[in-house]
Amino acid sequence: MNFYIVYILVAVGLFAFAGLFALFGVYAERKVSAFIQDRLGPTETGKFGLLQTLADALKLLQKESIIPAAADKVLFVLAPIIIFVSVYMGFACLPWAPEVIPSDTNLGLYYVFAILAIETLGILMAGWGSNNKYSILGAMRSAAQIISYEIPAGFAIIAVVMVSQTLDLQQIAIQQGTLSAEKVKFLGVWDVTHIGGLLSWNVFKAPHLIVAFVIYFIASLAESNRAPFDIPEAESELVAGFHTEFTGMKFAFVFLAEYSMMFLVSMIAVVLFLGAWNSPLPNIGSVKLADWTTGLVWGIAWTFIKTLLLVGVQMWIRWTLPRLRVDQLMNLCWKVLTPLAFLCMVISGVWRLWVM
Amino acid sequence: MTNTYKAFVTAIKGLGLTLRHLFTGNSERKVQPVQAPNYFKELEIGTNTIQYPKQKLPIPEVGRYQLDVVIDDCIVCDLCAKICPVDCIDITSIKATQSYGQTSDGSKKMLYAEKFDIDMAKCLYCGLCTVVCPTECITMTNEYDRSVYQLGDLTYSFSDMSPELVAEKKAEYEQAQAQKLAAKQAAMKAKEGGATS
Ligand code: SF4
Ligand code: SF4
Repeated sequence: MNFYIVYILVAVGLFAFAGLFALFGVYAERKVSAFIQDRLGPTETGKFGLLQTLADALKLLQKESIIPAAADKVLFVLAPIIIFVSVYMGFACLPWAPEVIPSDTNLGLYYVFAILAIETLGILMAGWGSNNKYSILGAMRSAAQIISYEIPAGFAIIAVVMVSQTLDLQQIAIQQGTLSAEKVKFLGVWDVTHIGGLLSWNVFKAPHLIVAFVIYFIASLAESNRAPFDIPEAESELVAGFHTEFTGMKFAFVFLAEYSMMFLVSMIAVVLFLGAWNSPLPNIGSVKLADWTTGLVWGIAWTFIKTLLLVGVQMWIRWTLPRLRVDQLMNLCWKVLTPLAFLCMVISGVWRLWVM
Repeated sequence: MTNTYKAFVTAIKGLGLTLRHLFTGNSERKVQPVQAPNYFKELEIGTNTIQYPKQKLPIPEVGRYQLDVVIDDCIVCDLCAKICPVDCIDITSIKATQSYGQTSDGSKKMLYAEKFDIDMAKCLYCGLCTVVCPTECITMTNEYDRSVYQLGDLTYSFSDMSPELVAEKKAEYEQAQAQKLAAKQAAMKAKEGGATS
């Protein structure tokens, strides 16, 4: 009985986290965009405008919920829920710290990848259900984009899986630090099992994973519909893409999903490539920095810091690069990223066999 | 292949550029007039936001914003109302029985301004009225920040005559007219009488 309560608590906790992160994310996005453009961003509500997004959320809550007369009502209402839930469920098996993982399954990575793909379905439902040309165009673009970019992302992930020989995210995390049961070699030559830190992260264990990381990162931008891959939204061409018709809370859910997705894909990148909850500080002789900075609180802190840094990079990219055209997008995916990712995967196989 | 390479190089250049700007937000904007040396260079340094009601850009002394009339100098010639392309100046006048004063440039004042209204909601700030005014009493001020709750508040009334004064001056004028008429009629009668006799 007790563990049901724990489950519910965890679920509620994750939901609250998603909501809080969205509040913070929107605020950060506005501030980052403002600073990049030499503006100030929100300043009036609360100190430094900190309460601005909260006020926005309250405003959204009060908005009328409109369902267009010609919409497919069931799909229209369900779509934002499916979009959000698919992302929210993805959080279930991400490791936060040693032994802190909402659901420890040995298929974690596979599950995350599968459940994230459901978001496309939600977006398609939203586009179709809205009964609006622009929405359906946005939805189709999104489907095309996400399906395409899942391939390089998948290959990049498989490259990691081949090196670490497991789909369990917690296992992958453990292998990148001092707690590893396996031997960890920096660049495949220097045994750093007891040194840990930065040196035992996957990207440094096998240098070709840096390329895989970059590929995954680019693909993850596309999967979370972030600029420069935001053609599903393309507010200048499609009004607002697949969520044009959504109002009030429904719109809020779509937004919540976008920001949760940003955090989720960054966290996956951190777990797979950047040492998950492991400390970046290595043990140096008797100064056991890595051992001292590993643990429950440290783990959560490291995960947060690394993930937020990546989220920051996502924002930075969004406010720098212009949106790609559909054909450029497909070119990049199929002609550049997919072959490169495939190459990474092959090297991973060789690496595992001969170097590790 | 070269395309992809170029794309990456330019993307990285762009990211560097935005990264540099990311840290400009912490220096506040210096509020200075456009005439200041290096005005446009300074814009590159800090943020560009002017926090409007709190900070205001200094503007030239002779701004072309709200209209203002020094009613004591106005000879109520109606020229400004005539030239106004949108007819937003509304003047009615009462003739005085004789010159009742002088403007600062020496023109005689022969008319009372019963009503001198300018509807700033209609005004298109062309400034024509200020050009035609013979006594230069209608001018544009440098006050640009004027917002009101009622549209009617944008109709500025410059006439300072009280209703009693208006009635008095009207009565005076009518009386004078009547006197004149009487005098005329008397003169006519006298003439007629002279002719018949
Ligand atoms: S500025 Fe132009 S529009 Fe305004 S009152 Fe004068 S003449 Fe009319
Ligand atoms: S033109 Fe000048 S003097 Fe004549 S009515 Fe207008 S404000 Fe008065």
